[in-house]
Amino acid sequence: MTDFTKLNVGDRIQLSAKLFTARDKAHLYLLDNNFDKIKDSIIYHCGPIIKDNKVIAAGPTTSSRLNPYTPELIEKYNIKAIIGKGGMDESVLEALRGKAIYASAIGGAALVYAKNMTVKKQHMPEFGMPESIWELVVKDIPLIVTMDSKGNSLYDDILQNSKNILESLY
Amino acid sequence: MQPGKIKNTIPTTEAIVRLYTVCATELPGDVREKLRKSLEKEESDTAKHILKTILENTDLAKKESKPICQDTGTPVFYISIDNTLPLDEIKKHIEAATKQATEKIPLRPNATDPITGTNTGNKPIIHIEQSDQFRIDLLMKGGGSENISAIYSLPDTKLNANRDIEGIKRCVLDAVFHAQGKGCPPYIIGIAIGGNIEQVAHLSKKQLLRNLNDRSKDEQLNKLETELLENINKLKIGPMGLGGKTTALSVKIAKTHRHPASYFIGISFSCWALRRQSL
Repeated sequence: MTDFTKLNVGDRIQLSAKLFTARDKAHLYLLDNNFDKIKDSIIYHCGPIIKDNKVIAAGPTTSSRLNPYTPELIEKYNIKAIIGKGGMDESVLEALRGKAIYASAIGGAALVYAKNMTVKKQHMPEFGMPESIWELVVKDIPLIVTMDSKGNSLYDDILQNSKNILESLY
Repeated sequence: MQPGKIKNTIPTTEAIVRLYTVCATELPGDVREKLRKSLEKEESDTAKHILKTILENTDLAKKESKPICQDTGTPVFYISIDNTLPLDEIKKHIEAATKQATEKIPLRPNATDPITGTNTGNKPIIHIEQSDQFRIDLLMKGGGSENISAIYSLPDTKLNANRDIEGIKRCVLDAVFHAQGKGCPPYIIGIAIGGNIEQVAHLSKKQLLRNLNDRSKDEQLNKLETELLENINKLKIGPMGLGGKTTALSVKIAKTHRHPASYFIGISFSCWALRRQSL
C-alpha cells in the first residue's frame, strides 16, 4: 500500500485501494467490538447508495461528527488513512501524527467516486444502507491530502485566515 | 409543466416520481451557471479542480439519470393549493411516489428514528399554503448543509450584534465562519429576519426555492443580499472549504414582522447541490 506518511498537505492523489465505509453507528460498533478485517486499512466517511451490489452514488459525508471516536479508532486498528469531507479536529490531527493522513473527497461528486468503486462485501447490513460498513475496492479516486502525518492541516490554515479576515471586516 | 396550468387536476403518483427523478439527478440551470462562472473567477488550483469535478459530476448525473449526491436528502414539499382540490389525495400520491422513487431512482433511505436508530425509508415533509395558483415545489434537502443552518436571537452580546442591519450581517458572517467547509460550499444561503422561531426556520429555507438570479424587491434587502454575498466570499473559505474565492453562490433574504420582544435571524444553508424542482 501507498506510504501515506510521505504525503503532504495540498497533495492531490488518485487512490486505488480497498477501503471500508463507516459513519456514526459503525464507529461505535468498531470501538465496542473487534473487527479485525479493518486492521491497517482505510476508512471512508460515506453513506453510499448501493443497489443490487452496484455502487450508484458514494461521495463523502461530514467528518467532524466522528471526531470523538477517531483517535481511538486509529490507535485500535492502526488505520492508515481516513477519507471524508470538511476536516477533523486537533485530537485527530494529533492521532494522525507519524501514522496516518486525512484526505478530502469532493462533497456531492458522488458519481465521480461511484463509477470507480466495486462492492466486496456489506458488513453489518442490519445498520441499514447508509450506516453499514461497506467493504469497497476503489480505483483512481481523486483525493486531496488536507491533514498530513506531520501535524499540518489545511483546514486550520483556512480557518485561521478566515478568522483574521472576519475580524478585519468590523 | 408551468405552475397554474394543472388547476383543477392533481398530479398523479407517476408525475411526482418524475418530479423526484428530475430533482435528484438534474442540477437546476441557474445553479450550474453560477458554478461555471465561479470556475472562471477562481485562481487556486485546488478550487478549480474541485469546481471542475463538481461540474463533471452534474453532467454525469444528468446523462446517466443518477442522483447527483448519495445524500438524496429529506424531501420537503411546498404545496400551494386552493380549496377545490383534494389535499388528502395529493398527500397520498406524495407518499406513494416517495416509496416508488426510493426504489426506482434509487434514493438513499434517510428517515431514521432518533430513539431506536431504525431506518424506515424516506419520510417527506409537506408544507401547505392556500393559494389560487396550484403549485408544488420539491426541495431535496441534504443533511450536511442542514447541520450548519442556524437561528440567532438579537441582541447577541458575544457577537456584538444589535437589532440592526449591522447586527444581521454579523450573525450571517458568524454562521458562515463556523460552517467553514462542513456543508459542501459553495453555499446558497437563505435568510429570514424577524418573526417567531418557527417562521424564520421555514421562511429562510423557502428562500432556497428562489431562482439565483432573482433579487429581493425590497430595496434594503436587495442591497443586503449583495453586500453579504461579497463579504462572505471575502472570507476565502472556498469550494469544499479548501480555500478560494467562491464560498457562496447566492444570498436570498426575506423578512416578516416580529414581536417587539423578539428579533430572530434564521439562516438556512444549501450545499452547491441545491436540488429543487417544481410542478
